[in-house]
Amino acid sequence: MTALLEARGLRVEYGATVALDAIDLALAAGSRTAVMGPSGSGKSSLVHALAGIVPLSAGEVWLEGGRLDTLSEARRSRARLARMGMVFQFGDLVPELTLVENVMLPLQVLGTRAATARRRAVEVLEQVGVAEVADRRIGAVSGGQAQRAAVARALAHRPAIVLADEPTGALDTVSSEQVMDALTRLSVDQGTALVVVTHDHRVAAHLDDVVVVRDGRISVGIPA
Amino acid sequence: MSTSLTLLALLEREPAHGYTLKHRYDALFARTRPLAFGQVYAALNRFDKHGWAEVTGVEIADGPERKRYRITPDGVEAVTGWVYAAEAPSEFSSSSLFARVSVALLSGRSAAEVLDSQRALHLARMRELTAERRTADAAATLAITYELAHLDADLRWIEEAGSRLEPAADALAKAVR
Repeated sequence: MTALLEARGLRVEYGATVALDAIDLALAAGSRTAVMGPSGSGKSSLVHALAGIVPLSAGEVWLEGGRLDTLSEARRSRARLARMGMVFQFGDLVPELTLVENVMLPLQVLGTRAATARRRAVEVLEQVGVAEVADRRIGAVSGGQAQRAAVARALAHRPAIVLADEPTGALDTVSSEQVMDALTRLSVDQGTALVVVTHDHRVAAHLDDVVVVRDGRISVGIPA
Repeated sequence: MSTSLTLLALLEREPAHGYTLKHRYDALFARTRPLAFGQVYAALNRFDKHGWAEVTGVEIADGPERKRYRITPDGVEAVTGWVYAAEAPSEFSSSSLFARVSVALLSGRSAAEVLDSQRALHLARMRELTAERRTADAAATLAITYELAHLDADLRWIEEAGSRLEPAADALAKAVR
């Protein structure tokens, strides 16, 4: 079976520091994986390498059977935009826009007409439970609501995979559970694979597999 | 059971009399509540009966005779089986995990493997509870989150221990010297 997203022999260096080395990881369509490990172990670097955001010193990244790492920057960005969704610790939503406008943004960049994009954005915001504040800006909603909007934005264009880097890192336990419930429910409904970097075992418990990264290497991988 | 097997594991390092074994155990695992001598001698008799340890000599000094015990290959196998056997969370006690990790460090077994297998079992239980929580009423949610919080606390210790194995192995080796 071809993996949806696969790393083969990944190595990432930041100057003289080796952040990742000898990483082999194959993620199946619809799989849900937590990436755990101590601070500075390389777990965020792993997700950024899988997304094609950081340059590789060695190795390959394959997305849906094609090389991602050898594409030009522009084509890699396009592939990422179309087939991946990203969620970060601080949602990275545009503060000047309302929640619904934020969710519409990637859809419109991908060519969806405004009216269709709005309908889809409202639909996904309903699914994550923040439709009632859809027309508010980020500053007028709670951190948990903003993060659920970030989840909606990441999944609105029905990507093949969502990569989330500490998506609940800035939230309390209850808000964190709401964000993870929203993220996993949407990914199950849409058949989207999930990779979530987290230091929180309660977050990892929402996912089916755990990969542990230590000192830039995978110390516990996905069982075959 | 874990007290007996921890004593057996201490015997694995080198043959010892019951008296020495008790003091080694107390120094490592029973700082606030020392082990009774009777418990140590009962354990040594059981080891003898199971073929896990054997008497290598009897010394008669001023007091009573002192038997010196050494572990047998079957005893080593018993320790290995215990150290690597992850325990179901419902039967879990954190002191048992601490003891298994310490014994792994003392004996050159893989403490990281002990932690990894326990992490996997704890996370599996947390997944079950997380799935249950989605449809639970408020009372059931309280019970579920109570168990989740305790599993989470154990897992935090597992992660912290994982980052301290090397210095801990050195300190434990010094403590039993």
